[in-house]
Parts: sequence; C-alpha cells; structure tokens
Amino acid sequence: MNFGPYRKIILDGLWHNNQALVALLGLCPLLAVSSTVVNSLGLGLATTVALVFSNSVVSLIRNRITTEVRLPVFVLVIAANVTVIELLMSAFFHDLYKILGIFIPLIVTNCAIIGRAEAFASKNTVDRAVLDGLFMGLGFTAALVALGAFREIVGTGALLNRAELMFGEAARNWSVRIIENYDGFLLAILPPGAFIGLGLIIALKNVIDARAKVRAQAAASQPVAFEAAARKA
Amino acid sequence: MRFNTSPAPHVTPTGSTRRIMQWVLLAMLPGIAAQFWQFGPGVLIHLALAVATALLAEYAMLRLRTRPSRAGLSDWSAVLTAALLAVSLPPIAPWWIAVFGALFAIVIGKQLYGGLGYNPFNPAMVGYAVLLISFPKAMTAWLPPAELSATPLGLLDAWNAVVHRAGPEGLGFDALAMATPLDTLKTQLGLGRTIDEVQSGTLFGALAGKGWQWVNLGYLAGGLWLLRRGLIAWQIPAGFLAALGGLSLGFFLLEPQAYPTPLFHLLGGATMLGAFFIATDPVTASTTPKGRLIYGALIGSLVFVIRSWGGYPDGVAFAVLLLNLAAPTIDYYTRPRVYGHPG
Repeated sequence: MNFGPYRKIILDGLWHNNQALVALLGLCPLLAVSSTVVNSLGLGLATTVALVFSNSVVSLIRNRITTEVRLPVFVLVIAANVTVIELLMSAFFHDLYKILGIFIPLIVTNCAIIGRAEAFASKNTVDRAVLDGLFMGLGFTAALVALGAFREIVGTGALLNRAELMFGEAARNWSVRIIENYDGFLLAILPPGAFIGLGLIIALKNVIDARAKVRAQAAASQPVAFEAAARKA
Repeated sequence: MRFNTSPAPHVTPTGSTRRIMQWVLLAMLPGIAAQFWQFGPGVLIHLALAVATALLAEYAMLRLRTRPSRAGLSDWSAVLTAALLAVSLPPIAPWWIAVFGALFAIVIGKQLYGGLGYNPFNPAMVGYAVLLISFPKAMTAWLPPAELSATPLGLLDAWNAVVHRAGPEGLGFDALAMATPLDTLKTQLGLGRTIDEVQSGTLFGALAGKGWQWVNLGYLAGGLWLLRRGLIAWQIPAGFLAALGGLSLGFFLLEPQAYPTPLFHLLGGATMLGAFFIATDPVTASTTPKGRLIYGALIGSLVFVIRSWGGYPDGVAFAVLLLNLAAPTIDYYTRPRVYGHPG
C-alpha cells in the first residue's frame, strides 16, 4: 500500500497548508477566543470534530450532488453537525460552552470547514477526506493553542488558567505561574494582542520554512561539491 | 554673462527631513522646560531612556530589514518619536514604561509598517495608547505640580522613583503621586459635584490646572515658532483649537456647572502638545489644505467628546489615532482643484 498521499495529507494539514497560518481561514473565532489556552483548545477541538464530520459526509454524498447546489448542501451538512456539537458541548462542558458563546454556532461560518469541503472532500474518497478533516482540524487547533498560550503568558504571566472548564474538577490547580510578580500586560488579552500574536506566529513559521528551504538546498548541493573536491584531489 | 536656465522647479525646499526633525525637537524645549520646572527631572530621565531605546530599536529593525541603518538613524525621526512619547509619560512612571513604549512605537508602530513615511499611525501615540491601555495604574499617577508641592523632587529623588520605585526619605512612594486636574475633574463630576466645588480644590489655578497651564503655554510658544518657520501647516492646530475651544465654549455657556471653561480645555492636559506637535505629523496627518482643517477640527471635537463623556480623562492620543485612520479618506474628498480642470 502506498502511504505517500496520506503522509502528504497529514503534513499539509499540520504545517504546509495550515488553515490558520497559511490559508488564513477561520480567523474570526481564532482571534476572538484565543485569549487563554483552555478556550483555544475547546474551540479548536470543536472545530476539528466539525471538520471530520462534514468532510466525511460531503465525501460520501459527493457523487450525488450537482455542482449548482453543492454550496447550499455543504452549508446544511456543516450546520447540522455543528448543531449537534453545540448541544453536546452544552451538555458536557457547560461552563466552557457559556464562555465560548456565539463562537460555537459560528463554526458553521468558519471558512476553513467549507473550504475543505469544497477543495478536498468533494473530490476525494472517504478515508482521505476524514484524514484531511482530522489533520486540518488538529493543525488549526495547534495554531489556536499556540496563540492562546502566547496571549495567556504575556497577558497574565500564567498558563492553563481555569483548566477545570475542560478537564473537570481535578484540573482546578493545573494553573502554572510562568512569570513571578507579573502585573499582566493587558493588551495581549485584548483584541490587538490577538492580531499582533498571530502576526508573530505567522512570521515565525515563515522563518522556519525559509531556514528549512536553505538547508534543503545546501543538502542538495553538497554531493556535487564533494565530487568537485574529489576530482581536484 | 551666463544666465541660469535650469528647468522648473525653481523653488527648492529648504529643510531636509533631518533639519525639520531637529527644529521640531528644538521647538519642544519651552514645553519640556516647563515640565521640568513643574514636575521635576523625571521627564529628563524618561527622555533619555526613550531616546536611547528608540535609537537601538531603530538600528536593530533596520538591520533586520536589511535597510541602510546610517541613513535611517541620522534623520532624527526616531529621536522625535521618543521625545513625543517621553513628554507624555508621568514623571514618576517606572523606567520600563519609557523603554517598552519606545520599543513598541518604533518596532510595531513604525518599522513593521515599512519605516518612516509608511506608518499609518503616529508611532509615538501608538506607544502611548498601548501603555495607557495596558498599564493604567502606572500611567495615571502624576506628580503634584511645583506650584503646589512644598518639596520638589531632586534628580536623585526622581531617579529613585523611576528606577527603584521608592519615594524620597521619610515619604512613601505612594504618597508621591497625585491625579491630574483633568482626572480629578472627571472623578469629581462623576460624584455629582459642581464645577465651582471642584475648581475650589488646590489643583486648579488661574488659567487651568496648576502646573499644566505653564506646560501648555510652553508648547504653545514652541508651536507658534514652528508655524512662523513654516514647518507645520497652520490648518491643523487652528482646526484643533477652534473645534475644542468652540465646543467647550458652547457647553460651558449652556451649563457652566457641568462643563469647565474653554480655557481649562485649551490649556489643560495634552492640548497644545497635541495640536502643534502630534496632530501635525506630516506622515500620518491629512495633506490637503481643506482636509487639514477638517482633520484638525475632528481631532479637537473628539478630544472634547472623550474628555467630557469618555472613559479616559484625556483623549488626544485616541483622537489622533482615530483620525490617522480617517486621513486618507479625508484627503480623497478634499483634493484641491487642479488649475485648468473643472472642479
């Protein structure tokens, strides 16, 4: 069995085509709820579940819908499964549900989900669509959590505040103080902090990619140099 | 005999960017001197800290952006930005306030947008707004003016306050600070007092707030000198002061017990610094003659609105930033008619 395409799907979702950092999709919830790690993780996982379900359903019915009506059908599919997720969150993570508020139903309008339905799920088999949904979602979650961690540390000096919202009562004292005697930098928690933080994270990713490219080129040119040196000797 | 037959333009501008920046800095001296006299040497410490940080940040960013760092540093624009920020800071604000503000102003307010000439917002005010929003406690504790306090702070006392957060001998640090007249006015009016009751307080002088009146007169003098030299457009300060004065006069006449006098507004807070030095920034302000008048007037009106009904005691920084955002639109609708073309 050839794993190449699957490997590509996974790497695309996590890094090369990361929905938040490269495609810049779904920024509205990303910027709005990423003030803490727990909020970010909650919304990220909800989005991941929505992506997996919508991708699999869209992929299953991809041969039955005509091009003219595909977008309304995608929206209906996404809206239906987001409603299910919303009710589940209300039942099992009620406090987190209250904090995330309007941004859970708004997952319906997250362009990343309809983008993957249109660009990938409607053209691929179910197994690939599910894998794509899962790793696109995890990539989105990772970006969200990174931004949430940045804003929480810079804004309050601590990490994992109010972890009990997500992990139950046992997590009440998970909060870690990173910087002692820190009064907090309010701007990081306010909306400008989200924009600046996301900009910095995207810049960091671009730097890493540029470095990797330089290294790959250096590695590719290495044997030639050796050969030339050998010939000279 | 040879005649000079060079093509137009025949009139060349007299000042380079560097010259203009230096003149503007020079024009700030009377205001800075008044601040030194009224609020002690804290302003000088902040000036030194902010200028040093701004120059270092400018150098580092220009290197990172692979731009010629000599030309960038020698145009004095970073020094002016740092100076405008430093004089807005409370004289006993902790040292890192000046450093962080200058860093934010240069790195994010200016260089990330592409450096001098490309920044949509006034960098000094970006730095100030970030500080005010993020560290409200440190940014609102001013000193009592020299007209009031019995023992003015010496250089060593100011240094101790800024760096070690310690008050002079026999006096706690927290005992040093005092709210500004604008702040006091806002709080007291909020408690249901009348203007007469508020202004009988010790903070209020003959013209406006004690201490602040002299600082504002200092910046007014410097600003008028800038106008005389033709370095700033008269429309911006004129629009600013006319709108602020007109609005405050109107409300003062309607309800003299709820609104302070126009003079209090014109010589209080950051009015003169804002009108002549901050709103006139050639990069971020409006550029057409009519547009400048509108731009200045809208800033003046917003300052009055924020001071009277907003959440902050003074509003020059926010008003300037908001109008920076509107400047391109104002310019678009006020383009002057080109000779030979119908309007």
